[in-house]
Amino acid sequence: MNFKTTIGLEVHVELKTNSKIFSPSPVEYGDDPNANTNVIDWGYPGVLPTTNKGVVKSGIMAALALHAQVEPHTHFDRKNYFYPDNPKAYQITQSDKPIAHDGWIEIDVDGEKKRVGIAEMHIEEDAGKNTHARDFSYVDLNRQGTPLIEIVSKPEIASPDEAYAYLEALRQRIQFTGISDVKMEEGSMRVDVNISIRPEGQKEYGTKTELKNLNSFNYVRKGLAFEEQRQQRVLMSGGQIQQETRRFDENTGETILMRVKEGSDDYRYFPEPDLPAINISDDWVNEIGSEMPEMPGSRRARYVKELGLTDYDAMVVTQTKEMADFFDETVKLGADPKSASNYLQGDVNAFLNEQHADLQDTKLTPANLAGMINLITDGTISTKMAKKVFKAITQGKEPKAFVEEKGLIQLSDPAKLQPIIDGVLADNQQSIDDFNNGKDRAVGYLVGQIMKQTHGKANPKVVNQLLMASLKK
Amino acid sequence: MASRIDQEQVQHVASLAKLSLNDDQLKYFTTQLDEIIGLFETLNEVDTEGIEPTSSVTDQINVMREDVADNWGQSQALLKNAPDAEKGYIKVPTIIDESED
Repeated sequence: MNFKTTIGLEVHVELKTNSKIFSPSPVEYGDDPNANTNVIDWGYPGVLPTTNKGVVKSGIMAALALHAQVEPHTHFDRKNYFYPDNPKAYQITQSDKPIAHDGWIEIDVDGEKKRVGIAEMHIEEDAGKNTHARDFSYVDLNRQGTPLIEIVSKPEIASPDEAYAYLEALRQRIQFTGISDVKMEEGSMRVDVNISIRPEGQKEYGTKTELKNLNSFNYVRKGLAFEEQRQQRVLMSGGQIQQETRRFDENTGETILMRVKEGSDDYRYFPEPDLPAINISDDWVNEIGSEMPEMPGSRRARYVKELGLTDYDAMVVTQTKEMADFFDETVKLGADPKSASNYLQGDVNAFLNEQHADLQDTKLTPANLAGMINLITDGTISTKMAKKVFKAITQGKEPKAFVEEKGLIQLSDPAKLQPIIDGVLADNQQSIDDFNNGKDRAVGYLVGQIMKQTHGKANPKVVNQLLMASLKK
Repeated sequence: MASRIDQEQVQHVASLAKLSLNDDQLKYFTTQLDEIIGLFETLNEVDTEGIEPTSSVTDQINVMREDVADNWGQSQALLKNAPDAEKGYIKVPTIIDESED
């Protein structure tokens, strides 16, 4: 029997606003526990939340980035549940009029393009964080009230690979808006998935299961692939899928039953009485739209069409907004686009991996990278010398000054090189004979001697030309 | 007697609110809630055909603040008011069920 797989993804994205969604407490990480909390965050009686305009703006930006319809009349709702990280015993979220709905993003799986629909997006507050010791648990409310956007896909994802591609595309588009860091490893992007299968030809969806503990895109793909197989085995052996939550085990790659869901959750949503509704005018949406950073797809097209990059190069340099901005800036300062792209993909990426750093946190600047590339292009330094210069610019040094200081100027002047070549040839009659007898290896030896004499500063291209001309005389 | 709400539903609502009711209380609140719901049923007499559901009873719209951080420096006072605190954390009985998200 053949089965069709249906996957739905709910992605939470943490916004990097200055302040919380309903209180002016700062949104900061790594501070002392509860340092960034006030009476509103603790849910004290009698306090009133006030909506942060920046969060609504971020929501509109996300909506535009995901081609979604912004809701002109939106409001917040209360979702009621008890948990120690949730001091009010309710979460302020959106239920019946979320900020945006009906979007889509394009995904690419092995060159096959497909649009995946987004059902809705809503803005809400995050909860605090619990840590567990043996006899007690500890609550830190610093995260309480941090703004989140939840993005709910339509059930249009048909395989674990498509789920992976969807997450990649979503992360990238949100990252380019600049509203979030969207990092799974830091918790600024979190993914909940559900998956069901049904026999080919069956109209209604099968019973779905929900997966937890998926802490990377890879785990999402692995967990879904395991669950797809497991559900098939159950159905093939005549069993039934029950609605349950399963936990992904990173060590075994399997999903393990956590709990069976009985009935639907009972959150007793109702409109939030403490917060007035929000009307979003077309003018506001248009204004935000006009300030939106250029999205990766449009940048890729521009790099290929105007700058002559290959599709692959354009894809790599648009992986993050920081990389793409850096590239734009470097090219604007006169660097050859192909070289700039090569350096970003090669030496710069290697450096970032080695340092475990993001581009914006290093001392590398577009001006210095462009400066170095321009020195290569005009023949001042060789690509070999550039290795040393690159190291210097990662430490924030100005390339031209560094090159002059270290005497790293490439020797390209034929008038200066010719006497050295003549001298080397006069000392190596044997090599000239070898060359005349068809031994090309002799050339390599001679070039090596010339390089040695010039302490590696000779321009290899010019040396080759002059040497060949001399040998053929 | 209870026609609009039964004891099972009251028990469910009570457990959602983390309240435990004994048999007498269950009967008492079932009768009371049944009467309250009855009172509200009067509202069903109003014709609401074609009227947008109300989500707010204030006339206020778009009351928002600019995204400016301001730490009110209340954490020490708040922790002092907590039943128990340790190293800046609120100390609570061990949380066993991690089921909510």
